[in-house]
Amino acid sequence: MLLIEAWQFILANPGRFFGALATHVALSASALALAIAIALPTGVWLAGTRRAALLAIAAANIGRTLPSLAVLALVMPLLGTGFMPSLFALTLLALPPILINSYTAVRQVDPDVIDAARGMGMTRAEVVRKVELPIATPVIFAGIRTAAVQVVSGAVLAAYIGGGGLGDFITAGIAMMALPQLLVGAIPATLLSLGADRLFGGLQRALTPKGL
Amino acid sequence: MKWFLNNWDQVLAALGQHIVIAFSAIAIAFAMSLLIGVWAARHEKVFRAAITITGLLYTIPTLAFLALLIPVVGLGKANAIICMVAFSLMIMIRNVAVGIREVPREVVDAARGMGMSTTEILMRIELPLALPVIVAGLRIATVTVISVAVVAAYVNAGGLGTLIFSGISNDYAPKIWAGALTACALAIVADLSLAQLESWLRHRAD
Repeated sequence: MLLIEAWQFILANPGRFFGALATHVALSASALALAIAIALPTGVWLAGTRRAALLAIAAANIGRTLPSLAVLALVMPLLGTGFMPSLFALTLLALPPILINSYTAVRQVDPDVIDAARGMGMTRAEVVRKVELPIATPVIFAGIRTAAVQVVSGAVLAAYIGGGGLGDFITAGIAMMALPQLLVGAIPATLLSLGADRLFGGLQRALTPKGL
Repeated sequence: MKWFLNNWDQVLAALGQHIVIAFSAIAIAFAMSLLIGVWAARHEKVFRAAITITGLLYTIPTLAFLALLIPVVGLGKANAIICMVAFSLMIMIRNVAVGIREVPREVVDAARGMGMSTTEILMRIELPLALPVIVAGLRIATVTVISVAVVAAYVNAGGLGTLIFSGISNDYAPKIWAGALTACALAIVADLSLAQLESWLRHRAD
């Protein structure tokens, strides 16, 4: 049966498999971390501006519609193949959802609540820390969750530009019509993606303040 | 740029294939989601089940999904279309169901009071009022499907991805540019057009 053959393939090639898995996780985690580091503070900051925000959000909305493989492919003539170009492309893909959600999350905090906090004597920094961010957290984490799934899925495609990862088994499997190898790539990639979704979904719930 | 000008017919052919499979998938998903969405709008359990299953499908990486379908349906357009329909169903079923559920109860009650049948209410009240939300879902689904279609070239479904893959394997950048930029342009045009439609529908509903 195909599943058994796939399992045997892993047993016969542990180095290759775990190497690819490690690369996949490394690519995904790094891209997500970078995207969060860039987009989250920017989104929060943009919520306080007007003109800059409109431009940035419009750009992000366009960025969100771009086909993942197109973005990965466009990076190749510019940065070549390998881990770093893939990381660059995946980070780009992860930026829009986090930026848009961070911005929206802070914007939609009820002004009355902020007024109340100011009335209680909080400084601007305290308002951001104790009121705005906690209320904004669920929406921000929803954005991170979306980005995480996108990045893990995108990392599968990184195989096309030499980024390594589980996509290598899928492309090899298709090229050679070797179905077990195909599954060795496809099933773990799917499980990773589902896992990431579960993980960030759980974090989202855990970090939602009790009042919401 | 020169390659593009000399071979625009190739790009156009790929674009045509791309639009055909994308459109077919969206049409199928739209029809299915209307049926399932209306059903889900009326029954809470169906709603939850539909959201859970299609939500799971949506999380599967595109290339993995296409690959997993190969032992079942082989290569080709059918493979791609099944994958695209599966991805579209989540967002569209949810939006159809949510859109219908958001129609104010008083409006439905008034219609029933006027003697309209359930079908009439659905066709003349609920669906038209739900249209902005439905189109919002259609918009996301369309962009998703265009993205999947790019990858689907690898399982012989044709489309703009063929230019990209050819460019990558031959290390020929102009083909990559042509394929990737056209795909991006297609996605942007589709998204903006549907955004306009959604906006127009919302203003009309007010």
